[in-house]
Amino acid sequence: MHDLVFAFAIFGATLRAAAPLGLAGLGELVSERSGVLNLGVEGMMLVGAVAGFMATAASGSPAIGLLAAMAAGAAMAAVFGFLTLSLMANQVAAGLALTIFGTGFSALVGARFEGVPLKGLATSIFPHLANAPPLLQELMRLDPLVWLSLAAPFAIHWFLTRTRPGLVLRAVGESHDVAYALGYSVIRIRYCAVLFGGAMSGLAGAYLSLAYTPMWTQDMVAGRGWIALALVVFSTWKPLWLSLGALLFGFVTIAQFQAEALGLQVSPQLLAMLPYLATIVVLVLISRDSVRLKLNAPGALGKPFHAA
Amino acid sequence: MSEPAPPLLQLIGITRRYGATRANDGISLAVAPGEIHALLGENGAGKSTLVKIICGVVRPDAGEIAWQGRAVRIDGPNAARRLGIGMVFQHFSLFDTLTVAENIALGLGERRGMGDLVAQIRAVSARYGLAVDPLRHVHHLSVGERQRVEIVRCLLLAPRLLILDEPTSVLTPQEAEALFAVLRILAAEGCSVLYISHKLEEIRALCTRATVLRAGRVVATCDPRAQTPTALAEMMIGSALPATRRLASPAIGRPVFTVDRLGLPAADPFGIPLADITFDLRGGEILGIAGVAGNGQKELLAALSGERLAARADAVRLSGAPIGRLGPAARRRRGLAFIPEERLGRGVVGEMSLAENTLLTGYQNGLVRHGFIRHAAISAAARAVFDRFRVVGAGIEAAASSLSGGNMQKFIIGREMRDNPRVLLAAHPTWGVDIGAALAIRQALADLAAAGAGILVVSEDLAEIFEICDRVAVLSAGRLSPPRARSETTMEEIGLLMGGVHPPAPMREVDDAVPA
Amino acid sequence: MRFRLEARPAPAKPMLYLSPLLAVAASVVCAGLLFAALGRDPVQALSILFIAPLSSVYSLTELALKATPLLLCAIGIAIGCRANVWNIGAEGQFTIGAICGGGVGLAFGPGGGMWVLPAMLTAGIAGGAAWAAIPAFLRTRFNAHEILTTLMLSYVAINLLGYLVHGPWRDPQGFNFPQSKQFADAALLPLLVPGTRLTIAFLFALATVPLAAVLLGRTLAGFRIRVAGLAPGAARYAGFSANGTVWFTLLLSGALAGLAGVCEVAGPIGQLTPTISPGYGFAAIIVAFLGRLNPLGILFASLLMALLYLGGEGLQMTLQLPLAVPGVVQGMLLFFLLGADVFIHYRLRIVPAARKVLRDA
Repeated sequence: MHDLVFAFAIFGATLRAAAPLGLAGLGELVSERSGVLNLGVEGMMLVGAVAGFMATAASGSPAIGLLAAMAAGAAMAAVFGFLTLSLMANQVAAGLALTIFGTGFSALVGARFEGVPLKGLATSIFPHLANAPPLLQELMRLDPLVWLSLAAPFAIHWFLTRTRPGLVLRAVGESHDVAYALGYSVIRIRYCAVLFGGAMSGLAGAYLSLAYTPMWTQDMVAGRGWIALALVVFSTWKPLWLSLGALLFGFVTIAQFQAEALGLQVSPQLLAMLPYLATIVVLVLISRDSVRLKLNAPGALGKPFHAA
Repeated sequence: MSEPAPPLLQLIGITRRYGATRANDGISLAVAPGEIHALLGENGAGKSTLVKIICGVVRPDAGEIAWQGRAVRIDGPNAARRLGIGMVFQHFSLFDTLTVAENIALGLGERRGMGDLVAQIRAVSARYGLAVDPLRHVHHLSVGERQRVEIVRCLLLAPRLLILDEPTSVLTPQEAEALFAVLRILAAEGCSVLYISHKLEEIRALCTRATVLRAGRVVATCDPRAQTPTALAEMMIGSALPATRRLASPAIGRPVFTVDRLGLPAADPFGIPLADITFDLRGGEILGIAGVAGNGQKELLAALSGERLAARADAVRLSGAPIGRLGPAARRRRGLAFIPEERLGRGVVGEMSLAENTLLTGYQNGLVRHGFIRHAAISAAARAVFDRFRVVGAGIEAAASSLSGGNMQKFIIGREMRDNPRVLLAAHPTWGVDIGAALAIRQALADLAAAGAGILVVSEDLAEIFEICDRVAVLSAGRLSPPRARSETTMEEIGLLMGGVHPPAPMREVDDAVPA
Repeated sequence: MRFRLEARPAPAKPMLYLSPLLAVAASVVCAGLLFAALGRDPVQALSILFIAPLSSVYSLTELALKATPLLLCAIGIAIGCRANVWNIGAEGQFTIGAICGGGVGLAFGPGGGMWVLPAMLTAGIAGGAAWAAIPAFLRTRFNAHEILTTLMLSYVAINLLGYLVHGPWRDPQGFNFPQSKQFADAALLPLLVPGTRLTIAFLFALATVPLAAVLLGRTLAGFRIRVAGLAPGAARYAGFSANGTVWFTLLLSGALAGLAGVCEVAGPIGQLTPTISPGYGFAAIIVAFLGRLNPLGILFASLLMALLYLGGEGLQMTLQLPLAVPGVVQGMLLFFLLGADVFIHYRLRIVPAARKVLRDA
């Protein structure tokens, strides 16, 4: 029985750790399906985290914090979009710039809030179920964003495969010249996708600073944005596979606490390496089949579009 | 024939510049309803730009467009579509990973239920004789089938003007005839056709009116049926046509390049596997490999040039030595030269100077010493190419991308011929090149063959192959037909082979009877 | 009235030099605005950021000191970028270089002679190169893109350093602080200017500038690198091995970053600590771009970036501004540079609205 409780606790922790990866990853997936590679996920998550934290501290309402985070992420994405879509700058360089700027900017504006405690998101929907069975309790302890991160992949999948705007977005990502010749506004569609990606990254960041560990420190995203990018490749740009990958990585991320609970004596730094090593392994596995990658990758990914 | 009604489409003074070049300079033309109107001009004359303007993909810098007598502004592809202009592109606008019906749905710009759409596709297909299967994925379709999908997509919008850009460059002669039949039906129904081509025989067979462009300007408007092909060609290039001199009965020697049962798996899911490719190339001859695009030409050239290695070393032999497992650099050392399919980004690096571009394939021939580039040597080499082939450009230090297509091709060919190769592989050597350069290139190939080298020309342009080659083979679905002497076959026969109508290749081909 | 970006037939040469200057100017202006928003006098803050570090000989040596690792890493990154090989993990190779070189130095203990330093430098170079060999192998054998693999390995390296200084290599006399023993005198680089912290590492860094220029411009190896970056199809056509280029550029880049790492710990830091780099590996990416992937440009860009670091420290001391300010300005610089670079290849045209005129047919 005790083991069962422990297992459910691990499961809940996995879901919580997976949530920011899944949310940010989904946003980037949509952006990449439209043909835009945005490497600035880490920076957007940081800016979202600090914006969400500051807005919640100022207003007392986590909901406002989440909205502020999404707006902040989208604003950063808008800058990136302007550079790459309107000014046709190199997408890789612009994404790196976004990360570097976001890292510094979030550290700057968040300096006052370092280590300040905050009452974050409510961590249960139905608090009066305290006497319910352990699995139910564990599930009820999950905050709304975790539920969102579980539902969103299905919604995105439906959008991409069953709706016309989704079909058009995929077409733009497949070949922007052809889409343009057919009369679709490539730039406008890509802006929408990029802004969506930014909002999701901001949301994921705010989850970290409001729910996961309700506080702010600089660099608290700790590379999750990059892991989310790897997840998009790993999932071959399919939302449902992405959420599975996020779960896998969530599990690896909390390995540290699992080891402690199991009484293993391993250095915390060595354990902290695990998610990054896992990312490398996963990347290698998926990249080996270059044929499959080429078939699934959006044909126009990373290429700037210039209407004559 | 003069029409009392206003012209369907009238262009007045259309001008469009790209940097310092005037792609279109004050162009005026008129297309009457129900007319099949040819837009003639050699490569670089401005046809594609003009057509992009009509379709709304590009906006003119100056000039006016009138549709059915009223001035209009075509702001984008949707506006053109709303007017009733349909366009079939030279490089198709289809998404490989989607089905025919999905592609057509995307191209319609308006929503139609998928079920209705499939029915409509089948109806149009039957009515005009354009066989397409709405439920197949596009990457399975042949080039001819893809073109039919494009046409069906246009026809579903009931266009008044259908524009086709070099449609037969990817078709067999038989498929081209079928296309003409469709166009004639359309014209009879009142739909005008604007037919862009540089193929004079076709235009004379199909079109009732022609506008000739040269260097961005209109130089003539005429009835092509009333002109001889020579007269039309001279209008296109602005002067009399010189003829290619081929030295009479060149001495054809022993085989210099032998391919024996070469097979290669497809490199990617959209590629074509090669099977059982066998042929001899002799010194002094020009062997042509014809075929519709997408039948394995890219794979064959990669296997012969060394960019992809064969399974057996003796699958490819150069002067008897097995080179099948050698890469491009090693094959070049043994006397192989290659003119690739793409110029910019493959044959030359656009951003680098022409002097540096000589290094691209010449780095094993005295241009490098102890790992350091000998700048004087590469300048001299580039200058030699310029002089010998009369390349026109801003000098050897100018970026390669500043050259026109024809001059860039001349430079590449000159560079490849610099070290007197024993075997030259040439992928459509005169594609996209103005007539003057094309003639110079054909002459250079003929001269090289006369000096004893073996030349292999892989081209989708049947006219080019028949112009310069001694023997012709056809590549279809990754298999090669036995080569025949050009004098013993016709374009029709080769066209049938290109369409895939041929008996299966026997296991081992006894040496064809080739007249010396 | 519409704006259109029209492709130029050839890159505009003046803009090549003008756009970094424009980017710097725009960043200065925005930095001023930022300081004002943070409630400080912009002019004073800007002068502390940009002018004060140039005001004394000592601070000039500090400038050179900060520029050294930036220059070394950026040259390596730039050579890679020219071949379209993106080494984002210079930070990790820097760290491993420091670990390997520092480890050798610690192994020699308080004794050691004239061979300690060369051994340390060699170990640092080899360590950095080996760490970069991993992504090279993963890319050439498994097709895994180096942007993500080099970056992930950075995080691994930083954690490895943390593990070592918290655990096996912790100084027993260090009051339980996570740091290694101090390096012996023989394990420290000689000073270039006595009385300052500037070591001969600065000379190593300076030397890479002409060497890189010669490599890129005058050798066949450099030609292969440039072709690989400009036109991969042409590189295949020429028979240049794509894998060879990846290995060469990543190993070189890793070696230089590793050298930077060991010079940093055998220089101003003098021991191994958990934070031996304020993000030099990432800042070097900006330096590489700001310098337009050209060795001489990178030299100037690294001095500018070092200026920002020093100025940032000054801002923290005098105006109590967070140390993140240089990072923000760096990010802004890169943004503005990317924006200004557009005008090298494209020209802005104002297209007047077409006249709508009714004409008789």
